[in-house]
Parts: sequence; structure tokens; C-alpha cells
Amino acid sequence: MAGLATALGSGAMTNTIAEIGDSACILAAGTSTTEAHPIIGYQVKKAVRNGAKLIVVNPQEVPLTQFATLHLPLKPGTDVVLLMGMAKVIIDEGLHDQNYIDERCENFDKFKESLEVYTPEFVSDTTGLPWEDVVEAARMYAENGPASILYCMGITQHSHGTDNVLAVSNLALITGNLGRLSAGVNPLRGQNNVQGACDMGSLPNVFTGYQKVENDEARQKFEKAWGVSLSGKPGLTHTEIFDAAYKGDIKAIYLIGENPVLTEANAAHSNEAMDKLDFLVVQDIFLNETAQKADVVLPAVSFAEKNGTSVNTERRVQRVRRVIDPVGESKPDWWIVSAIANEMGYEGFAYNSAEEIFNEMAKLTPSFAGINYERLDQGSIQWPCPSKDHPGTPVLHKEKFATPSGKAKLAPLEYRPSEDCCDFDFPLILTTERSLYQFHSTMTRYSEGLDELSGGEQILINPVDAEKLGIADGDLVEVSSRRGKLKVKATITRRSQPGVASLSFHFAECPTNLLTSSALDPVAKTPETKVCAIRIDKV
Amino acid sequence: MSELITLTVDGVEIKAAPGTSILRAALANGIYIPHLCDHPDLTSVGICRVCLVEIEGRRPTVSCMTPVEEGMVVTTASEDLDQTRKVNLELLVLNHDYNCQSCDKNSKCQLQELTRYIGLDEERIKAMRKPMLDSPIDDSNPYYIRDMDKCVLCGICVRTCDEIQGDGCIDFAYRGIKTKIAVLGDKPIIDSTCVTCGECVARCPVGALVPRNAVEPTYEVETICPFCGCGCGMVVGARGNKIVSSRAVSGSPANNGSLCVKGRFGLSFVNHPDRLTKPLIRKEGELVEASWEEAISLIADKFGQYKGDQYATIASAKCTVEDNYVMQKFTRAVMETNNIDHCARL
Repeated sequence: MAGLATALGSGAMTNTIAEIGDSACILAAGTSTTEAHPIIGYQVKKAVRNGAKLIVVNPQEVPLTQFATLHLPLKPGTDVVLLMGMAKVIIDEGLHDQNYIDERCENFDKFKESLEVYTPEFVSDTTGLPWEDVVEAARMYAENGPASILYCMGITQHSHGTDNVLAVSNLALITGNLGRLSAGVNPLRGQNNVQGACDMGSLPNVFTGYQKVENDEARQKFEKAWGVSLSGKPGLTHTEIFDAAYKGDIKAIYLIGENPVLTEANAAHSNEAMDKLDFLVVQDIFLNETAQKADVVLPAVSFAEKNGTSVNTERRVQRVRRVIDPVGESKPDWWIVSAIANEMGYEGFAYNSAEEIFNEMAKLTPSFAGINYERLDQGSIQWPCPSKDHPGTPVLHKEKFATPSGKAKLAPLEYRPSEDCCDFDFPLILTTERSLYQFHSTMTRYSEGLDELSGGEQILINPVDAEKLGIADGDLVEVSSRRGKLKVKATITRRSQPGVASLSFHFAECPTNLLTSSALDPVAKTPETKVCAIRIDKV
Repeated sequence: MSELITLTVDGVEIKAAPGTSILRAALANGIYIPHLCDHPDLTSVGICRVCLVEIEGRRPTVSCMTPVEEGMVVTTASEDLDQTRKVNLELLVLNHDYNCQSCDKNSKCQLQELTRYIGLDEERIKAMRKPMLDSPIDDSNPYYIRDMDKCVLCGICVRTCDEIQGDGCIDFAYRGIKTKIAVLGDKPIIDSTCVTCGECVARCPVGALVPRNAVEPTYEVETICPFCGCGCGMVVGARGNKIVSSRAVSGSPANNGSLCVKGRFGLSFVNHPDRLTKPLIRKEGELVEASWEEAISLIADKFGQYKGDQYATIASAKCTVEDNYVMQKFTRAVMETNNIDHCARL
């Protein structure tokens, strides 16, 4: 998100899901769309059916690949090189949109200069892709407009994830593919309300609507509304919080609806960090692996038992409505947090309904100011929606970008290799994937039937590597990295390229994140879970 | 938008956009024409032949495959039409297992609806019927059942899988009287490329494709799917405080009437017996049940000791906008720190 925010001024999907079906070209980078976002996958397939070109950038052969016009199985972690190489081809061949660049972008000359190093040899050697394929992809993307870019964790979960995102937005900018229908740069958000949680300022550096805590004016507004004084120092990010707990700087954590024992990169480290805490409160719907470590566990209601709103990946604010009564004595999350605040003697948490909370929030948040429950009952609204008569915003950046100058900034980029490099002891790269039938680690494991369909965890290994290691299909293998090891069944398949293996991370029986690296992107602080040096041994 | 076309159906003047079929134009104007294989989400194919109409100056034709024309005069019922339609319906019903009482689709079946409207001749059917219906029931999928003895070969499932899911894992197999819908190699569905989106189950007009253990909900509520970031509009049904069904909201902006396997079939976690139902407090190493008062008071007391940067909230992208607003307000205003983040980076 940080990358897009730097370049365009806003870190959200620029266009809507329904527009994707009308794109003339789709570049799907680091997304297994049909598995992780099946409904968006329908749109991609619809576009292909209508004659659109589909370029799939993914080290693995994912189900989406079978619909691709061109699949680029690059070496994990070399996306910047590929994307900058494509940009070089586009500019060298004059396929860029000079008028658009002149009118709406900054920094073009420096950007152009930075492309010099991306020679055919360098690009081809680094990514492992034939140069002709890179050229073909560049032409395909530049010559078929409107072109839409979809990306997901395969782009962001790297120690250079922000650079990857900037490389993606560079491509869209030089071809004029931002601010128009069926084009854009579209990060596909993973969780039902991850966009909403970001919008609400469940982030260490911003209040609601991305108003910075460092900004005096913003902070004073919230201080006045809440009747307290507030800190202007940005807090710690997710991985940093666990690091601080490990060091003993953080002593108490209130953890809501998450299962870091399975989902946190370098899980052994964060597990130990949680064990060191003085006080851990976990609020969840199940006694998951993390809750079992808690000092207090609070039962929350599920989505089916609460009223409220959520924001989907296309910035669409929609009503969540209560279907059944709370199970047992479980309570809505806002009720529980408010009860603690009340008990601690704070006023300003005397809420009686979700709607009251929404209205307080909308008053403090310009991009939500025009939204209320009454309007949402008539239909969903895409933010920004600054006033009651504003229809919402399906396409961002139509007239100008949300940066201070109104122009988008092209980013010169250097290739930085992934931090967790292969060597003699750890010669293979592990990347992580998702299954259509599972969702992260908790909910789907409790839904009857999904486990049966997903077939459990397996590591995907290329036949070339398997032969070298003497591993047969179905063998139990031990996978080890510099941080941990686990045992899992091997599947021998060409879906993995030679030198690369993959695992999902849904299963407590096989905690993949014991292996992964928590090396962080310096800006976005996203861990490098998509590249991890490993060794595979037959058990 | 191009100009609307005017036509007359059974003496009623109606308007429709160019390219619309007579069938869909009539239905949109509240005029029923019996039909089975046509579905508004899919291309028309004219398989079932029960939507026959007469057009002035032409031979009887299927209304689903004939686009509207200016000044067209259409008749939907006449002695000839009724007779032909009846024969066509009889051919559909002929080898259909009409043990309706035990069928999950009973009273929601489009074949029943057609039979009521058109009527059929039992004697003639008895004379032509295959001596035995014997396709085995395919119950290999955990979420839905395929009973090919109830299939009327309308092809809606085939088109759905191809046009909506884009998977194309089923198609017509064999020929003549042996024709059936099958996956590659006529294997059980679980051994195919089926991704269990259930789009075909949702559209099957008869009892050939039905959800396993279907329970009729007592009421339904429109809400948003709890899984990924697509934000699909869904109608969730419940009976006795238990989630029993879910279906897509037709025309919902994000999902346009579709759902995936998780949204359609994966909600049973809500009523799983392992749900947490009471607060738990660790006492002598064990988590034991406690009252809300005790838990809240303990937390308030403890959190009071860790205000500032020794405290952090891990908020949740699974919780609502309102939940998250309160969490960050609590962290900043009460705990006096900006140490709050959630899984957005993971």
C-alpha cells in the first residue's frame, strides 16, 4: 500500500471489479486470482472470453495460467527487473503515451535514465525469462488498452515489495492506464474488511481516512473530538510489534481476530515473543493456536451475528447485517473494546449501536463524510464520498492524482535481490501459495467439507529437483530453512519451476511460517514470505 | 442507447431493446411464455422447445432464439401450439424420475411448473418410458449431489460452468437416448476439474443438482461474505439460530449474482460446537470460564499498568469498520500509543 500511496497518493484499488471484464489486456502479477479472489477470477476469464490478452507473472503455474496468453514464470523476487525491462521496451519502441506523461506525471527523465541498466542480458539472466517473452509482454500490455494490472501478495510480500509496487504503477503511468475505465492498478485485498481496517486507521501512522498522526491539524481534530491528548509519534508495525515484544519493550498485547502462531512470518520468533509478554488478551470466535497462549480469552461474535459495515477491495462500503443471535455469551468486538474503555474510566465509549459509531467516524473522516446507513440500505457506495449528495467514486485519479502536486511520480528503481538467498546448504527457493478451499488458518478449518476438497498440505516440487533429491510423488519430506523445519508430503509437478517449491500456510499440522523469513520491506514493513531459501530431504 | 423496438404479444403492445429475444421481452413485460432451458445469466440455445410461439407470417418458432423485430405480431397460445408444446414437454418428462414427493426440488421445480401449465398425457408417457432408470447417484462431492435420472438435459449447468465459472468441466456425453451430462471420462464429479463454486447447483431448474442436506431457512438476511476481499453480496438463511443456506444477491455490484465455494458452502464454522461462548481467564496455568464482569475488570486493571508504548493492539481485517474504529480509538485515546496494526501486510 505504501508504494502506491507514494506514486499516486492513494493505496487502494483504482478501478472496480466489474470493469475488469471489459479490459483489453490484463497483467496479473503475483496473484492466483481464481484461487484467492474467485469472483474477480470470473471477471478475468470473462475478459479473456471477450478477446482480452492475459499476461500472468508468477513463478508457479497457477490455475489462472491456463487462461493466459503469455505466462512469465520468473525467478521469485525478480519482479522489479521484469517490470522495468518491460518499461524499457515500451519506451525504446515508442509505445508510451507521451501526452499523458507530460500532463500527469513527474520525474520522467530520471525514470528513463534509470532504465539504462535493464539490458536484455541483465533482464534475461536475472529473471530466467527469454528476452523475447519480455518484449512480447511489453508490447501486449502497451498496445492493448484499456489495460488493467492486478496484483496481490506475490508482489508485496518481499523485502523489496514497495519497489515491486512502484514498478507496477510505473508501467500503468507510462501507458496512460490510470484514471480511465477498465484500466488501472488494482491491488487485490485479501480479507473481507482489510480495506476497511486500513481506512479506519488500524495502522500505526494514520487515523481514519489516512489522516497522518504526525499532522498537527489532523491530530488536533481528533483530540478535540475525543477529548484527550494524542501522541504524534507513529507506532510500530505488525512484525515490529512482535520484535519489540521479543526484546521485552512491549509487555501487553490485545490481539483481535488473528492467528499469528500460523500466519506470522518466522513464526517461531513471534511465538517466543508472545510467550515473553506479561499480559496477552486474545479476542476471537475460536480457541485458535494463538488464543491457547493468552492470559484472557474473550468470545467475539462472528460476521453472522453482528451489524456494521465492511469495505471490499474496490473501496465499496457495504452493510453487514445480523442473521442470527450471538452464540453463547459472545459479544460484538466494538462492544467488548468499549466495555474495557468504560471500565478504565473513559467517557466517549458509550455506544449503543454500530450505526452510532459509524456516524461518529464519518464526521471525522472526509472520504466517508457523505455515507450513512440510510444511504447504504439503498446500495453500496465507493469512497471517496465527501458529501451526502456525492455518488461515490468508482474510478480514482480521473482528473488528477491524490498527491500534493496532483501529478503522479514515476519511480526510478534499482534491483535489490531478496534477502533470504540460496546457498549450498539451502539450495531451493520456497514460495507460499493459497488454496481456493481454505482461508488463512481458522474459519475454513471449522467448515465441514472444505478440508476434504483442499486435500491437505503438500509441497510442490519440480520433477528435475525431485529426481536429484531422490524424492517420489507422495513421499514424506523434511523441509528446513535457516529458521525452522517441518515434515510434509511431496507432490511432484511441473507447476513448480526447477529450483522453486511451494507450500500454502493454512494448516496447523504443517506450520509453513516456521520456515519463512521476516526480513522486512524498509517502507511498507511487509515480511518476505514469498522467498525463502530451503533444503528438502527425504525422510 | 439505440431505439426500442415495438411488437405485439397476444394483442399487448410491448417494447424491447434490439437484440432481445421474444421470450425475454415478453417475460420482462409480465407475459409468461413457458420455458425451461433459457436462463437470464446465460446465452440462449433453444434446446427444450417448450417456448414455442407463432409469429404472423412465419412457422411456429422458439421464442428464446428469435430476436424482436419492429411490428412483429406474436401469439403465445393456440390449439396447434399447445399440442406441439405438450409433445415437447412429454419428451422432457419421459425419462425423468418423477418421484416428486422425495425430491429436494419439490414445489420449486420448473418442470413441475411447466407440467401444471401445459399438462401431459400419462398414458402416452407410460408407453414410451424406458423400463428402468438406473443412473447411479453421484454423491462424491461434499457439498452437492448429482442425480442424472432427474436431469432433463437443458444444458444450463454446462453453459454455467463454461460461461460463468469459465471452467467447462462438464458437457453433454454419449448420444441419443443415452445422452447425459458428464465430466471428462464420465467419472465422479470429485475427480474432475470442478471447483465446487455451486453456480450450476444454484441454476439447475430440476432436482438433478441439489445441495447436500439442504434445509429450508425460516428467514433470510442480506449481508456480505466474510471471507476474501471481493465483498460479495449474499443472502444468508437461518433456521433455529443456525445458518442453513446462502445464495448470491442477484445483481450485487461486486459479485453480480455469483459466489465461490467458500461463500456458498463454507459458513458452517459459525455454528461449530467449538465456538467460544464464555470469557476464559488463565488461573494456575489453565484457561477457565469466567464472567464478563470478571474478565473486563481484570483486563482494565492490567491494561491500566501498561499504558503508552509498552502496549500494542493487533486489530483485525475480519472485523467491521465500526469495530476497527473503536479499536484504534481505544489504542490512541485510552492506551495513549499509536502501536496498532493488523494483517494488511501479511
